[in-house]
Amino acid sequence: MKYSIFSLARAALSGHKNWQRTWRDATPKDRYDVVIIGGGGHGLATAWFLASEYGIRNVAVLEKGWIGSGNAGRNTTIIRSNYGLPGNTGFYELSMKLWERMEQDLNYNAMVSQRGVINLYHSDAQRDAYARRGNTMRINGIDAELLDLAAVKKMMPFLNFDNARFPVQGGLLQRRGGTARHDAVVWGYAHAASGLGVDIIQNCEVTGFVRDTNGKVTGVETSRGRIGAGKVGMAVAGSSSRVADMAGLRLPIESHVLQAFVSEAIKPLIPGVMTFGAGHFYVSQSDKGGLVFGGDIDGYNSYAQRGNMPVMEDVCEGGMALMPMIGRVRLLRQWGGIMDMSMDGSPIIDKTPVDGLYLNAGWCYGGFKATPGSGFVFAHLLARDTPHEEAARFRLDRFRTGAMIDEKGQGAQPNLH
Amino acid sequence: MRITCPFCGERELGEFTYLGDAKPVRPAADAGEDVVYDYVYLRDNIAGVMSENWYHGGGCRAWLKVTRNTLTHEISAVEAAAGAGARQASK
Repeated sequence: MKYSIFSLARAALSGHKNWQRTWRDATPKDRYDVVIIGGGGHGLATAWFLASEYGIRNVAVLEKGWIGSGNAGRNTTIIRSNYGLPGNTGFYELSMKLWERMEQDLNYNAMVSQRGVINLYHSDAQRDAYARRGNTMRINGIDAELLDLAAVKKMMPFLNFDNARFPVQGGLLQRRGGTARHDAVVWGYAHAASGLGVDIIQNCEVTGFVRDTNGKVTGVETSRGRIGAGKVGMAVAGSSSRVADMAGLRLPIESHVLQAFVSEAIKPLIPGVMTFGAGHFYVSQSDKGGLVFGGDIDGYNSYAQRGNMPVMEDVCEGGMALMPMIGRVRLLRQWGGIMDMSMDGSPIIDKTPVDGLYLNAGWCYGGFKATPGSGFVFAHLLARDTPHEEAARFRLDRFRTGAMIDEKGQGAQPNLH
Repeated sequence: MRITCPFCGERELGEFTYLGDAKPVRPAADAGEDVVYDYVYLRDNIAGVMSENWYHGGGCRAWLKVTRNTLTHEISAVEAAAGAGARQASK
């Protein structure tokens, strides 16, 4: 179905009782040209770009639960492209440009809101580092503005500017950054991909790979039977190691839990997305009024999808340092998603050593903002068998060759990224 | 999640720092590139019971070997990691 002002009026006038299903809940066929494991944002975006950009429509997306039940439904909805390293800069800007045209492309309201992302700085050294990152962005045609204290005060007068230990000195602003409605991103890609013939198969858990005598992957075993595939793409976020293990692969990845938090709704307060440079705290305000915020990962291997208290305390301390008045706001809910933390903090989009198996993994914290870009370049890899030029550095063997992309400069330890 | 340190007793998680999987063993200096690559970068990333290294920085500052289920956070054993502290504990 196609959404328009007329379909909206028609549904409204008939009491909202005649909305059609937005995507087909398909049953698996015997064989597809491409099977994508994982019905999150990345898997669905990959299917959409395979169909719309590369003309490959005999595609299935297999999801072990229901679509969007994993990290796509468990994130803080921030979109931005303020990266400084070669490899990241171009890729995240590609993703940002795809966010900007997503709703038109998909015919779906994903509530993309370019309300701005500001990273606050609190020392001269941090200002210099942000100035450098901003310059890198601008050299690459990405918007960035370095704000001084007066400009930040004007934009966010509610911050605690008298903090003696972490005084706010200014911030690096990307006005094109912002937020998007995470569930609608999943639903939008499902809606559009399904419309082009992609089968979205829910409650279908992959339990093994089918290999021919040469070891090439020719399909998957699932809880709904065997499904043949010309190529298999993995986009399973926190479960990458477990799925790769079924193909005999060990990955440079650890699974960690990242918590996020939502407060009760309050009146409009925070104009965009704001990050606390002296600790790790990021916050935006949802359209319903809740403050949506998060911070560090818990820092140890976990598949539990729930976090622990020390990080919750640390995140709330970060919020209180910036905005002491939010101490009076009650926490409404908290949740944890499982991230595959790669060893350098950057993603992996590559063929694997197993013929016919392709990997999209290692997104660490940053998977949501990458959703359209990740789908685009993964579809390119699956369709053309060569990496997209903006993802050519996201190699699986970069740890062996030394070509790591360590945006934070933290070293080979996942719980530092 | 609370960890029962063999030296200090049960303490809250914030006193401890995680190092990672206790299984990988540092290879010999002449072990070769593949072995070192494997040790530094590749992980089993177990979904289930895993043996891990934790540092009790907020207490006795000993290294501990913690046996924990990564699916449930349940801790089944904590012992002192090999070294001077471990020898002291076993006396």
